[in-house]
Amino acid sequence: MFAVFRDLIRYNIEFAIGMVLVSIIVVFSALSYFSPVDTTLIYMTIPDQPPSPQFWFGTNSRGQDMFWQLSAAFKNSLIFGITVAVLSRIISIAVGLTAGYVGGWVDRVLMFINDIFVSVPIFPILVLFYFVLRSNMDSLTLALIMAAFGWPFDARLIRSVALGLKHREFTRHAVFAGMNTRKVLLEEHLPYVMPIVFATFMNNMLWSIGLEVTLAVLGFTNINQPTIGTVLYWANSHSAMVVGTWWWIVIPVILIVMTFLGLFLLAVSMNEYIDPRSRLRRMGA
Amino acid sequence: MNSYLWFVGKRTLQMLAVIFCGISATFLVTHLSPIDPVEQVLGRLSARANLSPEAIASTRAALSEMYGTGQPILAQYFSFWTRLLRGDLGPSLMAFPTPAMTLVLRAMPWTLGLLVSATLITFVVGNLLGALAGYNQNNRFFKIFGIVAMGIQPIPYYVVAFILLIIFGFLWPVLPISGGFAMDVTPGWNWPYISSVLQHAILPGASVVLVGFGGWFIGMRALVSNIVNDDYVTYAELAGVKKSTIVGGYVIRNAVVPQLTALAMALGGVFSGTVITEQVFNYPGLGSLLIDAVNAGDYALVLAVSTVSITAVAVAIFIVDLLHPLLDPRVRTE
Repeated sequence: MFAVFRDLIRYNIEFAIGMVLVSIIVVFSALSYFSPVDTTLIYMTIPDQPPSPQFWFGTNSRGQDMFWQLSAAFKNSLIFGITVAVLSRIISIAVGLTAGYVGGWVDRVLMFINDIFVSVPIFPILVLFYFVLRSNMDSLTLALIMAAFGWPFDARLIRSVALGLKHREFTRHAVFAGMNTRKVLLEEHLPYVMPIVFATFMNNMLWSIGLEVTLAVLGFTNINQPTIGTVLYWANSHSAMVVGTWWWIVIPVILIVMTFLGLFLLAVSMNEYIDPRSRLRRMGA
Repeated sequence: MNSYLWFVGKRTLQMLAVIFCGISATFLVTHLSPIDPVEQVLGRLSARANLSPEAIASTRAALSEMYGTGQPILAQYFSFWTRLLRGDLGPSLMAFPTPAMTLVLRAMPWTLGLLVSATLITFVVGNLLGALAGYNQNNRFFKIFGIVAMGIQPIPYYVVAFILLIIFGFLWPVLPISGGFAMDVTPGWNWPYISSVLQHAILPGASVVLVGFGGWFIGMRALVSNIVNDDYVTYAELAGVKKSTIVGGYVIRNAVVPQLTALAMALGGVFSGTVITEQVFNYPGLGSLLIDAVNAGDYALVLAVSTVSITAVAVAIFIVDLLHPLLDPRVRTE
């Protein structure tokens, strides 16, 4: 594990950059556990202060210190992304491994459902849920809904690996040794698909946080809870750019770009690491 | 030919299943809603006029007939489908009594135009540049280009659209940032109108292109850089086949097949992206309509936009899938 990590940092500049960016964001959002203010309250400090030694990221028109506000927002968004990624990974592992190993009509049915989920445009569905739930739509509900839509791409990927594993020697040995299907899948096949699971984890986080930003910016989530999207929502509704409180927009956008770029680079470099052909090319062999 | 028909049949079935499931989900979600559309319209009507209790009762009866509510949910589900097949989803609340479908059909060409042109530009340009970058791996221009593409690609649609808005709205105001066409032109086949439409489409289109294009570029570059090491490419090079023929006829032809599958899978996401873009640039398409409808609590209109967009995306995926065997003869003989 450690050797893999060392190799990645040494041979893969993208992984190193992604690691640095994501670490900065993670440390920054972890700071919110030491936040001296309650970030859901408004008018706690002087509004509209530009960045200064006292307020590092300035304060917004709602009288919130942007440093702590953004720290809490990134913490909430990261937790949201991780929740969606973990839940949808569980579904995609279950569906992918089962479809690949069992095969036959089970495979056909599961992949048919899979293809339906891939093609349904999720945004109108999410808006519908907001339309129905209104202010009851909290992060956890949203995470559950998005997890229910976030698995099909990766389930197909995992299935393709499981198809190959099915006819390998060790699977036959395990079956002859009396392992049942569940055990074969969890103990024999799961380790082989874990690299894919990790790589798609990042991609899934990008996808879910991106959608959350989109929904929140339109005001279609619980706008009183600080997340990356709701910070932008409030900045927009106070016309921050027109009024001249530029730090309210510019600083979050810079941090968002850092987060997305970091996660994306991690996902790309892991994908490349999984494929031995491109790994060898990079190492110059 | 027979296998092609079999392929088309399978895809058609799949498309119908997607549409059926998507629309059923739409129905279920909205009918679990505590919002009763009939009471909403009544509230609006009685706020403006002085109605007698009898008038309210008969209006309520007429409205529940119009929306098809007030029956058990299974009966509502069947009547929902029969009404949908006739293209009637009840009157919109926002623009009462205009039918919701009329509003949707009015917004449809805008979204379709933006989506189709932006997707085509993104796909063609991104893949072409990606293929060239994969073939000329040591070219410095393409290396820098790849870094830029990687930097832009992961940023959410909204943020890219917003950055464009700030640049062209505040810092360097040269392009129109809001609406579908200027207020002072008459719609029709005249040059001022068409040029105005095109000008207004530049920024929303550019934001969709900017976000989408990096993904195609990176994907194609990776595919091509694996293909160029294949034996048949080396063989063609040794045989002295022209470079343009190798890239165009052998490399791209093979690499574009998985990209086409990816396009079919990405269309749903591209649609979501256009919804946001439309909202940011106030473009008069389906996205703006959907968001206005949600904010106004317009039940029929939300249903209409969702069903139409789910159907449209499914049909678009179907069309892309049908192109697949034309490019890849192996699919035909399967």
